[in-house]
Amino acid sequence: MNAGASQLSDGEWHRLHPASPLLKGGIVFIAILGAVVANLRERLLGLFVPRLDDQGNPIDYILGHGYVIQALLVIIVVLLVLIGGFYVSWRMHSFRITHEVVEVRSGVFIRTNRKARLDRIQGVNIVRPLLARVFGAAKLEIDQAGHDANLQLSYLDTRAADQLRKEILRLASGSRAADASANSAGVAPGSLIDRRLEEFTAPHHDADTPPESIVTMHLGRLLGSMILGTGSVIAILLIAGAAVWISLTGDLFILFLAFPSVIGFGSYYVRRFTRSLRYSISGTPDGVRVGWGLLSTTNETLPPGRIHSIEVSQPLFWRPFGWWEVRVNRASHSRTRGADNQANTTLLPVGNLTEVTKVLELMLPELVGAESVSMIERGLRSRGGDDGFENSPRRAAWLRPFSWRRNGFLVTPGSFVMRRGAVLRSFTIVPKPRLQSVAIEQGPVLRMLRLADLHLHTVHGPIRPHLDVVDLDVATRLFGTVSAAAVAAGQIDTSHRWRAGEAAS
Amino acid sequence: MRRIELADAEWTRVSPKLVAVDLLGAGIFFVIAAGAGAAALLLLHVLWLAIALAAIAVGALVNLVLVPRRVRAIGYQLREDDLLFTRGIMWQRFVAVPYGRMQLVDINRGPIARGLGLSELKFVTAAASAGVTIPGLLEADAEKLRDHLVSVAESRRAGL
Repeated sequence: MNAGASQLSDGEWHRLHPASPLLKGGIVFIAILGAVVANLRERLLGLFVPRLDDQGNPIDYILGHGYVIQALLVIIVVLLVLIGGFYVSWRMHSFRITHEVVEVRSGVFIRTNRKARLDRIQGVNIVRPLLARVFGAAKLEIDQAGHDANLQLSYLDTRAADQLRKEILRLASGSRAADASANSAGVAPGSLIDRRLEEFTAPHHDADTPPESIVTMHLGRLLGSMILGTGSVIAILLIAGAAVWISLTGDLFILFLAFPSVIGFGSYYVRRFTRSLRYSISGTPDGVRVGWGLLSTTNETLPPGRIHSIEVSQPLFWRPFGWWEVRVNRASHSRTRGADNQANTTLLPVGNLTEVTKVLELMLPELVGAESVSMIERGLRSRGGDDGFENSPRRAAWLRPFSWRRNGFLVTPGSFVMRRGAVLRSFTIVPKPRLQSVAIEQGPVLRMLRLADLHLHTVHGPIRPHLDVVDLDVATRLFGTVSAAAVAAGQIDTSHRWRAGEAAS
Repeated sequence: MRRIELADAEWTRVSPKLVAVDLLGAGIFFVIAAGAGAAALLLLHVLWLAIALAAIAVGALVNLVLVPRRVRAIGYQLREDDLLFTRGIMWQRFVAVPYGRMQLVDINRGPIARGLGLSELKFVTAAASAGVTIPGLLEADAEKLRDHLVSVAESRRAGL
């Protein structure tokens, strides 16, 4: 099935890559079957052929008694049933893409049918596990809002997957312009082997515009950020605790308890390292593209307006180096979680101020210009004072002895900005059209100090945008400003069809 | 003025019958806690358990006394483009939800509330933490409010 994507998105039903059943677990199944047969063949044969016990080796037995034909027949029948099953399940699994929806139907005995509206797409993900890369196949995942509401096309031909992503994004963008380049999905010159090699080595295969990453991951910084991250600090504390325990009691039993967690930590670091090493982020006309992974790669496209909140934060020991991490709240919660089984909420695993600024500018296009760059810089590093943010009053020091100077709120033309924390610094941005609701709260202690907490509600995720201990009058005023701005921004927002406003060209 | 007060808010309060519902609920809890405390003291002779249960019972009693005021503090207002909701005296909370953010509206009726003809209306958005649940609405009012919310949400529909 090497059909071009222009044919894949023509509204008719299409099938997946023929190797899909094998890639989805068929190989594992066959390997298990092989192992079982290899280990238990004597027992198994013994079940069917009781007299075998006298003979020892079943091969000798078969040859000796002239059962060769029967044995071969059994093997052939089993293989045929397996292949037939795979073939039927592949035949019954089909998808189509129209101007409104992507639809998948699958299942042999239990039929399932899933439709995804194109204007509700939260992201398009191309995952290429190692084994699938060998076959030149890729998994296309269409993120939808909601828990486990994603739509997977596994597997497709790599080229077809890239073209299909482009087509889906084009249809979803609301741009009605006929895209001539979509028809150029011809077969590249060269033999099959050459093509496979080329696809395997290309990190993020995109037929016409391979976007340049705006951030490059340095090996040293990645290693350093992992060693100095919160997880490592906890691990070091645990190791120190265990060492003290052993030296005091001379009891080595604790090592047995520690063994599984060492394996856990180790595999976490290896995964994180291989995943982040070839990290890339770049802007395309249809959204930001984030790539991950060394052996198994993930390549995710987030159309504009799919980020519900962004947080830049800094673990304690990253501070001397000026490193930051960028995370996001998104409406889709993928169960497969991309390559290497990590949540897809980290946008930049580690970066310095310049890179964070670049990423923020890419994610929130209204944050452009010297003013917003200095705003980001102040949001991240300022110690507080009179710097444009509405900071907490001095009496908030009773509750936030270190961070009250910095604890501030800012309303920019496109978003709400909050900065918190003097020791563990963080900086949260909520785009105005993505705000779901806003709340102010006050308990008895805050009432005594004439303060209030401000909460901005977005979809569920690692970030909980809020600002504590705000001056009461400021909080009440912000509550009014924010709720009015959220209503206004929600009504003029067209990012669900992000290019609908453009003239057809 | 140390409390949160919104200048131009005209609250619609919920039905006073909600006091009876909440009183009954809190009363049952008080009776259970007090009864268990008495049992612990007289039958089991476990002093610490009796003291703990007595503390819980006193808490329930204070709660019982505060119920009427707390019910009077619940209020909502249908503004031009959003729903404003408040509750709490000691722990005040104000929420503003734009109508266009509505994903669905639930109407629930508990057994006691149903006996008094009350309903609870839950306004659900894509954010789990908003928690706008208006208790103590008369059944007819709740249905009218639901239909109104659905119609204004339809005319102001926004994406996620």
